[in-house]
Amino acid sequence: MRDNLKIPRRKVKLKTDAADLYYGSHHALGGITFDIYERSITAIIGPSGCGKSTLLRLYNRMNDLIPGVRVEGEVYLDGVPLYDRAADVVSLRQKVGMVFQKPNVFPMSIFDNIVIGPRHQGIRKKRDLEEIARKSLEAVSLWDEVKDELKKSGLSLSPGAQQRLCIARALAVAPEVILMDESCSALDPESTMKIEELMLELAKKYTILIVTHNMEQAVRVSDMSAFMMIDERKIGRLVEYAPTSEMFSNPKDKRTEDYITGRFG
Amino acid sequence: MRKFKEKLSGRVFFALAFSSISALALITVFILIKGLPIIGKIGLSEFFGMTWAPVSQNKFGIFPMIVGTVSVTLGAALIGVPIGICCSIFLAEYAPAAVRNIFRPAIQLLAGIPSVVYGFWGLIFIVPLIREYLGGPGLSILAGAIILAIMILPTVISISEVSLLSLPRQYKEGALALGMTHWQTIKSVLLPSAKSGIVAAVILGIGRAVGETMAVILVLGNAPALPASLKDSVRTLTTNIGIEMGYASGDHQEALFATGIVLFIIIMILNSTAQYVTRKKH
Repeated sequence: MRDNLKIPRRKVKLKTDAADLYYGSHHALGGITFDIYERSITAIIGPSGCGKSTLLRLYNRMNDLIPGVRVEGEVYLDGVPLYDRAADVVSLRQKVGMVFQKPNVFPMSIFDNIVIGPRHQGIRKKRDLEEIARKSLEAVSLWDEVKDELKKSGLSLSPGAQQRLCIARALAVAPEVILMDESCSALDPESTMKIEELMLELAKKYTILIVTHNMEQAVRVSDMSAFMMIDERKIGRLVEYAPTSEMFSNPKDKRTEDYITGRFG
Repeated sequence: MRKFKEKLSGRVFFALAFSSISALALITVFILIKGLPIIGKIGLSEFFGMTWAPVSQNKFGIFPMIVGTVSVTLGAALIGVPIGICCSIFLAEYAPAAVRNIFRPAIQLLAGIPSVVYGFWGLIFIVPLIREYLGGPGLSILAGAIILAIMILPTVISISEVSLLSLPRQYKEGALALGMTHWQTIKSVLLPSAKSGIVAAVILGIGRAVGETMAVILVLGNAPALPASLKDSVRTLTTNIGIEMGYASGDHQEALFATGIVLFIIIMILNSTAQYVTRKKH
């Protein structure tokens, strides 16, 4: 809990305005409205199947990959609507990076894994790419470990290091927002700790949004917490959104209290 | 009693499995016994020599047939592989479910057409086209290559498609999440990741082309001589056996079995390369 942050003074980075999401006829998210602040960590928590990941994937339009998905309402990144007809998904995803639950290192060298994004943005010079690779790997404290084996397959790294490589790969595209979908759940406690330290460090520069099942993790790293639950019609709803310190010491909603005190979920 | 049944069923399955393996062993041994002596008799240099004149000169040089097989197969691969791979990319990545559900069975149907029908169709459709627009007899390497290109499509398409579809979904999501376009994702992440499967598809397709007999008999012209251009007639290793086995005897028949040995080795090399490539992981 980083109480020293004065959240309300921060600029709004992502504004979610009455967003509804449907998978075909299934109404998965209903009436989600809240603001995510710049250079902070926001944790989305809630029981399994409440739509946390779906909500997270609203911000880089990853839900678009599923046939039959429909979004109503609007999401704004720096005031620009994401679901506007003129919106460009590719440039959105360059601004909003994502780290997945399991490390999804591509079957290629460590170096190629990192520069694959920048390469496709048109950066061709070897020296520039090497500079990006070094900076990105330094940012996730992996540089010293791998600087002599950049040609080795990314899959040869340990799972924890693979996940940091995935974060470095996301950073290499120079995003503004980073989405992390339970990115520590497949890792051992030590690797988890390293990633959490990394999150706190990255939050100085980036807006970070995490989905987590781990309540302690939310408490340890996040500034703001969003608690979600499905209602009686199985629609994922945002129940409570507050600074993490407030939510965990003095939850406003009975359901939030039940969840964080471990009475269900 | 139950235990006895268990044991018995195990034995029965083993016997049946063994019989298929022993068929392979029998055929191999038979071809070797029938074919090796003639190679020993005339020597490797004559066996791989230029002249095939079994009846008139007693010469059994299969080099022109090797050139025939290689040229027709290479031509088929040059035409069929790019089309096949593009088709598999389309099916795995672009085609909506409705289109895919029409394409997939249609491609399987292509594999089910008897090869003589391909040959016949080539003879009355492709061969005259070549004769008319490019000159020559029409019965040619080009005609064979076109027919074989179509015939290897099902192999190339289905194996490539499976190897693309079996990639973890996270690869595609990861690449798209980096702001890569769909095509960039396919080109830089999916295709390289599926490389071993696609290479295997190509090799197995080539193996199919090398082994094909009936379709090419009808469109190649079957002259056992070195071709000078794509419009020339050639004879492949398979058609050599197919055409002459009916009336051959003595040394001639043995030379045809020896041709079979060469084919057998080529196919074995291709298949084991395909297996090796698919097993090799990063």
